[in-house]
Amino acid sequence: MNSHGRPTRPADAEPTRHATFTGNRGLDMEEALIFETGRLDATGVDLEAPAPFSSRLGAHARREAIGLPGLTEPEAVRHYARLSRNNYSIDVGLYPLGSCTMKHNPRLNEKVARLPGFADLHPLQPVSTAQGALALIEALAEALLALTGMSAVAMSPKAGAHGELCGMMAIKAALAARGEDKTRSVVLVPDSAHGTNPATAALIGMSVRAVPADADGVVSADSVRAALAPDVGAIMLTNPNTCGLFERNIVAIAEAVHVAGAYFYCDGANFNAVMGKTRPGDLGVDAMHINLHKTFSTPHGGGGPGAGPVVFSERLARYAPAPRIVRSGDALALAEHAEDSEAFGRMSAFHGQMGMFVRAYAYILSHGGDGLKQASEDAVLAANYIRVSLADLMSAPFGDRPCMHEALFDDRWLKDSGLTTLDFAKAMIDEGYHPMTVYFPLVVHGAMLIEPTESESKASLDLFIMALRDLAMKAVSGERERFLAAPIHAPRRRLDETRAARQPVLRWTSPAPV
Amino acid sequence: MRYLPLDTADRAQMLARVGVQTIDALFADIPAAQRLTTPLPLADGASEIEVERSLARLAARNVAAGSVPFFLGAGAYRHHVPATVDHLIQRSEFLTSYTPYQPEIAQGTLQVLFEFQSQVAALTGMEVANASMYDGSTACGEAMLMAHRVTRRRKAVLSGGLHPQYADVAATLGRMSDDEIIRRPLDPLAREDLAAAIDDETSCVIVQNPDFFGNLRDLAPIAAAAHAKGALLIAVFTEAVSLGAIRSPGEMGADIAVGEGQSIGNALNFGGPYVGLFAARQKHLRQMPGRLAGETVDADGRRSFVLTLSTREQHIRREKATSNICTNSGLCALAFSIHMTLLGETGLRRLANLNHAAAVDLATRLGAVKGVSVLNEAFFNEFTIRTPRDGAALIEDLAKRGIIGGLPVSRLAPGAGLDDLIVVAATEMTTAADRQAYCEALAQCLSSGATR
Repeated sequence: MNSHGRPTRPADAEPTRHATFTGNRGLDMEEALIFETGRLDATGVDLEAPAPFSSRLGAHARREAIGLPGLTEPEAVRHYARLSRNNYSIDVGLYPLGSCTMKHNPRLNEKVARLPGFADLHPLQPVSTAQGALALIEALAEALLALTGMSAVAMSPKAGAHGELCGMMAIKAALAARGEDKTRSVVLVPDSAHGTNPATAALIGMSVRAVPADADGVVSADSVRAALAPDVGAIMLTNPNTCGLFERNIVAIAEAVHVAGAYFYCDGANFNAVMGKTRPGDLGVDAMHINLHKTFSTPHGGGGPGAGPVVFSERLARYAPAPRIVRSGDALALAEHAEDSEAFGRMSAFHGQMGMFVRAYAYILSHGGDGLKQASEDAVLAANYIRVSLADLMSAPFGDRPCMHEALFDDRWLKDSGLTTLDFAKAMIDEGYHPMTVYFPLVVHGAMLIEPTESESKASLDLFIMALRDLAMKAVSGERERFLAAPIHAPRRRLDETRAARQPVLRWTSPAPV
Repeated sequence: MRYLPLDTADRAQMLARVGVQTIDALFADIPAAQRLTTPLPLADGASEIEVERSLARLAARNVAAGSVPFFLGAGAYRHHVPATVDHLIQRSEFLTSYTPYQPEIAQGTLQVLFEFQSQVAALTGMEVANASMYDGSTACGEAMLMAHRVTRRRKAVLSGGLHPQYADVAATLGRMSDDEIIRRPLDPLAREDLAAAIDDETSCVIVQNPDFFGNLRDLAPIAAAAHAKGALLIAVFTEAVSLGAIRSPGEMGADIAVGEGQSIGNALNFGGPYVGLFAARQKHLRQMPGRLAGETVDADGRRSFVLTLSTREQHIRREKATSNICTNSGLCALAFSIHMTLLGETGLRRLANLNHAAAVDLATRLGAVKGVSVLNEAFFNEFTIRTPRDGAALIEDLAKRGIIGGLPVSRLAPGAGLDDLIVVAATEMTTAADRQAYCEALAQCLSSGATR
């Protein structure tokens, strides 16, 4: 007690997790839906009514209510600030989602992307009033070509999967130019591929033929040769692959593909591992997308926006879609019409994800060539550090082989524990970590794919390793409850996903009157 | 390098633990002949001050929309974004999180997506909406593919009022999968007979409202004509604010409603990132592309949200998925949702009314300029003018006088014989003084410039 009778030490009471009236638990707060707290007549924006005028809406004017709740500004700020607190984020902790490259998002990039000269710029302004924007896009394009050793780049694709679609469309256009788009309708895709690869092939009317990986996790040139046939138009190969391994037969694979008259699409989702170490252009790649929201740190925003520029080899460059930036004397201009060239068409309205381009370019300038190479080296070093530090407790499907930027484990080590990969992942949440990518790639049973990125300090990596070792030892020593109940310290316990899918409730509806 | 926490001593210790002498030993799988031995041909790293300086220099070479009287729309609109929106979307927990694969620690994003879906469904008058697409043009393309799946037909009819670049995107998709795409000629007066273009093979008819030229169209007769032939009506909008003033796609019988959500909460950004809105009838739910957040309960029975119906999606269905989309426009959807919550029904209707008032005033003033005529009967915040001069040259002249006067139709549709048309937009951001300045400058350009 202090002199006013205020207690200054905690009482020695029994800690029980009693229910609270509000449902809140201290800083862990429940938040209603805007449809429950908002009102149709409330607004957080002051807008004057215009002076009286004669409407030109005619019979098209809306007569029915829309049903959109409003909140005043303080209410809205509180709603979203409270909701945000239920999210994990890279800013608060290690985010080891394999193949997602959750690295630090520099705030400088946010600042420069908001300069009015970039953010308050209309895509269809006269190009004479947007020379700086075109110069930035061209500078970023040149940097991407320098990093990849390729010949041309399409900047317009809006995310990785959109980039895949762009690359495969260019390949289909090249096949069509040879009169072979109807006969070469098969795409070779390894089983370890991300789901977007086969989905992309299907979107352009091509069918997928699986290529097995060898026991060591990579595809052999012989397997590719065995699958190649006159009906094959392309191979889609991720490198480094989704097992975290460099496809070491890639040059021979590319040669075999080219000899067979097909093209080589490389999924560049994992490019963060090899900047300054090798160039896809030297490996025989014909097209590859680059996820600016992975390798070049543009924030993932809870599910986008991303950006997926596609680099092309000389063989495919001419088919790159509109728009393209062209030089016109001293000025830059836009070639916006596919019909004026051999461009295969257009991926989206306007010119791509400019806001992401500014961020990625700032990231590249900040690192420089030396820093980008160092980033890749640190990312690979960190992944291997984790790999060897867990190798005695957890099972790795491909033995002691060094990995690239991500370390892959399977669930053999959990075999006698009665626990699953999911249980282990959920227990990580209680330790304050976002789980790694789980059950992907599909070729490894109960996969756990850990990508720490270059953004973690050694102390952070060491604590993560110790936490995982502690959990792993508890898992194999029979402490099942901790895992089966996990998470218990998160804003929510495990969710009933079956109910969500069987009785879908996808929007708010007014409850029936009682 | 300020973004890299490891130092030389850390790296040495870590290499020792890994059991290799050099970092290059970890890259041994790269074929020797393809290992890069020279430095990258890029400048060395730069400080925050230096990077900021060089980007500011590039930005200064652009004419920011807010620095001049500005009347350009055509698929992207300059609206006010409340400061609250940009502050909230930059909270670490929203900005730097991934797609919500672990729902126990992603309820913030998931509840926002559920609210976003509910708002989009209400705004469009549809039954279900997804968690966003890349932008309006790609949402339109995906809607066409969805209609093909629903109807098991492969012929789409594109209205001549559809944004030419949206039509380009759909045509590109169609060409790549050997679907038949009927592009109707550009239709500045909204007089085309779409019903006549629909037959028993047609999967969908794609109509924009307000259309590319700003005309308001009654979609109900087109919906009836499409349904009579077993086809779907896809209603497209590029200006989401218009839905605060005009009849919704759902009310007029659309089966799928798609559009650009940039107008609400998102800056112009020279064309991206934007946010595609995608809504449909409940009965077509299983054919929808994209992520869906759904309501459920957790182990304690508390209301919770989770990504659901993923058996439609690429990571489960692979080549049989409804789309290849993975990353979409989460943060832009958040910006849309926050701005929409701030507006509410009342604010959205006021905003729409202000836009319409500004456009009516501008149309009246421009129509009074000698030689200029306004083509549209009914419009919202955008309309088309015909002038005696080439539109592209006129817009360049206006730019030299410090006015961004709209879009010459010839820029997106060269060779369509519409070189004398300019699409003009006015929003709540344009002032009466801006509109007056535009009319005066236009009159000067027309009297000094060569006539046809």
